[in-house]
Amino acid sequence: MKRVYVNEEWCLGCHLCEYNCAFANSGMADMATALKGKPIYPRIHIEGNDKISYAVSCRHCTDPICIKSCIAGAISKTDGVVHIDRNKCVGCLTCVLVCPYGSLSPDENGVMQKCELCLQNTCGEPACVKGCPNRAIVYEERGENE
Amino acid sequence: MKQYVIIGNGVAAVGCIEGIRCLDKKSKIMVISEENHPVYCRPLISYYLENKTDPERMNYRSSDFYEEMGCEVLYGKKALSINTDAHKVKLCDGTDLLYKSVCVATGSSPFVPPFPGLEMVKYKYNFMTLDDTFALEKAINKDSKVLIIGAGLIGLKCAEGLHGRVANIIVCDLADRVLSSILDTECAAMMQKHLEAYDIHFMLGDSVSHFENNTAIMKSGKTVDFDVLVLAVGVRANTTLIKDIGGDVNRGIIVNERMETSLKDIYAVGDCAEGDDISLGQKRVLALLPNAYMQGHTAGVNMAGGDEIFDKAIPMNSIGFFGLHAMTAGTYDGELYEEKTENTLKRLFTKNGKLKGFILIGENERAGIYTSLIREQTPLDTIDFELMKKVATSVAFSPENRRKKFGGVV
Repeated sequence: MKRVYVNEEWCLGCHLCEYNCAFANSGMADMATALKGKPIYPRIHIEGNDKISYAVSCRHCTDPICIKSCIAGAISKTDGVVHIDRNKCVGCLTCVLVCPYGSLSPDENGVMQKCELCLQNTCGEPACVKGCPNRAIVYEERGENE
Repeated sequence: MKQYVIIGNGVAAVGCIEGIRCLDKKSKIMVISEENHPVYCRPLISYYLENKTDPERMNYRSSDFYEEMGCEVLYGKKALSINTDAHKVKLCDGTDLLYKSVCVATGSSPFVPPFPGLEMVKYKYNFMTLDDTFALEKAINKDSKVLIIGAGLIGLKCAEGLHGRVANIIVCDLADRVLSSILDTECAAMMQKHLEAYDIHFMLGDSVSHFENNTAIMKSGKTVDFDVLVLAVGVRANTTLIKDIGGDVNRGIIVNERMETSLKDIYAVGDCAEGDDISLGQKRVLALLPNAYMQGHTAGVNMAGGDEIFDKAIPMNSIGFFGLHAMTAGTYDGELYEEKTENTLKRLFTKNGKLKGFILIGENERAGIYTSLIREQTPLDTIDFELMKKVATSVAFSPENRRKKFGGVV
């Protein structure tokens, strides 16, 4: 299946992916209204040091430990996409305790959120990838198992 | 006809069902459920009291789950015995169920010490099941004084759930600190202070000597008047079915990495089982939801003829009270690395070049990276641990390792 992959040697560390992510998931039509002057809660984040940087988001693992560990039964996987039912989530953070990538984080209300590839929002494809100025994140098939 | 029997209907049972169905889509699965509810999220009962969830959302799986999975659930039934020669499970109503393989997922039961006078207490409750919770909810009102015996995970989550719905909450425990099974003295003190700020009162290092109606006479001589009593002293694994037929049982039912008991074609998973804790290097009952699911899944795959091992079990907890979260994992053995601020605390324990355990209070971003180091037993000389101990980040892994993680390079 297609996944979001990182080319870390091309990442500029510009954090645009974080803004595009927060906007795509805001449900709003205008980026300035959605984000300006507000703390953002993106589902992708840049990690790095003075030498390298790269974007981290959900890997949609073949064997997702978050699903097995969720105490609310709120995380599931359909057609290769790991999805969180935010209506069921109680914010216990067990998924944060187990995700080996650090891909889940709470929103401003303490409800967990994660990358769902923008397939359910108006963007329809990963907004982080679409807006990356240097193709440091790509959305493609690299032969991993679903 | 090939038929699987699962004794129990909790999260471990679901793991088992889903494990079986990875390989065997057809054979019938019989599920014996003592409780009259489809599988629900047990740890959410305190969130229910807080109005953060409701019975509908507490369902662990969708309403068509059992049908989709080809399961027949026998509600309100209890397994009395297993006959290994005949490959049969006998139920409380006298019926026998034939099995090809059977999975014991019977969970645990509250342990209630024989306090003298307990029979005089009218409103007393355990806090383990949905029905316990409904009964407790019915007994309380805004004027209730509640005494909770046990300052462990169950007792304190109950206290949090009751906060704001009753007049007064006192928690007592024989241990000298809260959450004694997962926190050391200093960490426990931090959590206790936070809980006290929300009017949860503690009597630690003290226990009930006896009851005189609605008064608890403590060992210290103090007395506590209450309206409602919650018993959260501890739990015991339900091992009887296996003990009765001579299977290996310690605190829990002894299982190997395939979740096999010492008896042929009998598996055990979840809170009733005692498997390997790789951080400790010993067998231990790990009564935790993730562990229950993973053990269940392993058993299911193996029952269906597959070959799966679960060799990554460690204790791990994420537990929060009134917005302050504590995350713990592994064992607290070895060299200590510590960072402290007024509201946060990080303790990492390393031994023989590996991360063995941690306690994180307040700050827990990307804590799963630490957990994975324990579960995978990653040699710390293969990563930049000086960086990692300060910040949980994949930057500390080698570039090759990162390419595997984020580049799909196998």
